[in-house]
Amino acid sequence: MEFDFADQQPKLLMLMYGLVAFVLVVGGLLLLLDVVPAWFARRREAQLVAASVGGAPLPRRPKQREGIFALFFLLPTLLLLTIGLVVPAIRTVLLSLMNRTSTEWVGLDNFGWMFSDDAIVRVLINTLIWVLLVPLVATGFGLIYAVLVDKARFEAVAKSLIFLPMAISFVGASIIWKFVYAYRGEGDQIGLLNQIVVSLGGEPKQWLLESPLNTLLLIVIMVWIQAGFAMVVLSAAIKAIPGDIVEAARLDGVSPWQMFWQITMPSIRPALIVVMVTLTIATLKVFDIVRTSTNGNYDTSVIANEMYNQAFRYSENGRGSALAVFLFLLVIPVVIYQVRNLRQQREG
Amino acid sequence: MTTATPTVAAGTQKTDGTPTTTAGRVRKRLNSRTATLVSIVIAVVWTIPTFGLLVSSLRPEDEIKTTGWWTSFTNPQFTFENYEQVLFGRSSSSGQLAGSFINSLAITIPSVLFPLAFACLAAYALAWINFRGRDWVYIAIFALQIVPLQMALVPLLRFFSTGVSLGGVTLMPAWDLVDEQKFAQVWFAHTCFALPFAVFLLHNFISQLPGDLMEAARVDGATHPKIFRTIVLPLITPALAAFGIFQFLWVWNDLLVALIFAGGGDETAPLTVRLAEMAGTRGNEWQRLTAGAFVSIVVPLIVFLSLQRFFVRGLLAGSVKG
Repeated sequence: MEFDFADQQPKLLMLMYGLVAFVLVVGGLLLLLDVVPAWFARRREAQLVAASVGGAPLPRRPKQREGIFALFFLLPTLLLLTIGLVVPAIRTVLLSLMNRTSTEWVGLDNFGWMFSDDAIVRVLINTLIWVLLVPLVATGFGLIYAVLVDKARFEAVAKSLIFLPMAISFVGASIIWKFVYAYRGEGDQIGLLNQIVVSLGGEPKQWLLESPLNTLLLIVIMVWIQAGFAMVVLSAAIKAIPGDIVEAARLDGVSPWQMFWQITMPSIRPALIVVMVTLTIATLKVFDIVRTSTNGNYDTSVIANEMYNQAFRYSENGRGSALAVFLFLLVIPVVIYQVRNLRQQREG
Repeated sequence: MTTATPTVAAGTQKTDGTPTTTAGRVRKRLNSRTATLVSIVIAVVWTIPTFGLLVSSLRPEDEIKTTGWWTSFTNPQFTFENYEQVLFGRSSSSGQLAGSFINSLAITIPSVLFPLAFACLAAYALAWINFRGRDWVYIAIFALQIVPLQMALVPLLRFFSTGVSLGGVTLMPAWDLVDEQKFAQVWFAHTCFALPFAVFLLHNFISQLPGDLMEAARVDGATHPKIFRTIVLPLITPALAAFGIFQFLWVWNDLLVALIFAGGGDETAPLTVRLAEMAGTRGNEWQRLTAGAFVSIVVPLIVFLSLQRFFVRGLLAGSVKG
């Protein structure tokens, strides 16, 4: 029961370096921004003086100063985005066309491998199942709950409870649910799911080993986390529907069912699309849940998990990069759909 | 916006408070009762898995491994030993999560501060400084949101480990970081990945500040840095809080970036990495997994519950994170 605090000191020192670097960089930048304009102002003043003495035309150049400011304000962001995102993304595209050690061009071989290797095809199918189910179920649940809880008592508390899993890491959530799915060969069950099955007269199962059921059980974890997000955004959209529209419909004797389909649904359609798109993109990239729960074994792997395995465990840089590029290609149509919708909304 | 809802709800309630018949009134009240009941039941069901984990983490090892956590209501036996073990235990199998906890903090704090500051500056420039090509820069940054971070992992790791050389000329040497120095890699990666969304979110807020205010300050001779510091920053603190919470939860809960750039060593592995590893290698040591999971959950939970207002506002302002 000993904990050596001295072991931790290098880390805290490193953290301190980080904070000092932060202060130096940001403070330095702000200082620079104060000094540079002052210098320019002084130079301009000197020029003005010189001009008035010599009778030359007055210099005018306020436009350029704006540009210099913008450059300084944007410099860290543009620099980091170039080094950390743009250049790496381009390199990944190139790597996906090369062999495992990135020494030879192999054309589209890595993409061919993706669709011919049975294990990877399975991965793609799993990802498809995830992408079809998670946004639909989570949004559906979030919508029903938002309607249900609207005007109910304890609304704030009930919503917070559904929303709470958003704060929990995917790793934490996976452990929570692994415990729900836990299995014991003999004696009492310790997992809630098996206990329920047993008390209903069934046989306990090793849930996470049974394909394709295990993929669905992992999807439950994702839905459990994301339903709160859908609920909060949709709930806000429902509350934003103008009261007089609702009242007018009520006076016309509209049933709750008609109210939902003819008033609520059309009004919250933009929010619905935003939620679906956000969840679709998040689901495409899901990694933590699969890795923590099954490590991708028993036919549960998805693209992001396979990408990690190929690139960082098997050192297959070409294949890993190809999977990353494929992931990117899958995101694009979703985003285009979103952008098109936004534009329609603005015009209509 | 949960805290602001009651007033709205009360407003809408009034409109349906006038059913014509007694039967109609009874049915309506019954409906709203049922709705309340169902929504509470669902909320409870939603919480049961987490609750079970919390209860289990406080039970003695033998009990956890042989009986379900629900039996502890009839046979209550509680202990903090799991937490002591998992946080401070000497053996490597116990987790030693106290160290990982510090790693998580050391990774998270700078990874929140850097993108916050940089994005804030950039968002101001994109919203209020006139320069050529401004819209294009904004669109480019905005578009980067859709690049999955998987696209950057392999080359970025190479950038750290081998440096940059162009045609045999070394432009930048390898970082060659060891042990806790690897934190710097994680900070760098998290900052880069966070920037597009951060700029987008903060730009949404900053561009909506009243233009008259800026104009007046300009007329008074204030420079951009002065306006930024004295006018903009104080006005956008709620937005800063919103993004800060987002980024905090994202970094603290992240597994992928930490796994790749921090590695699994004691000196750098944050809680998520260590827990994922424990779940894989010691999947049946529930006394450690439950306590460990709760250790990792507790900080974001506190942050989240105390700052929920800002979080929800941020969520609604820019709910498209690519």
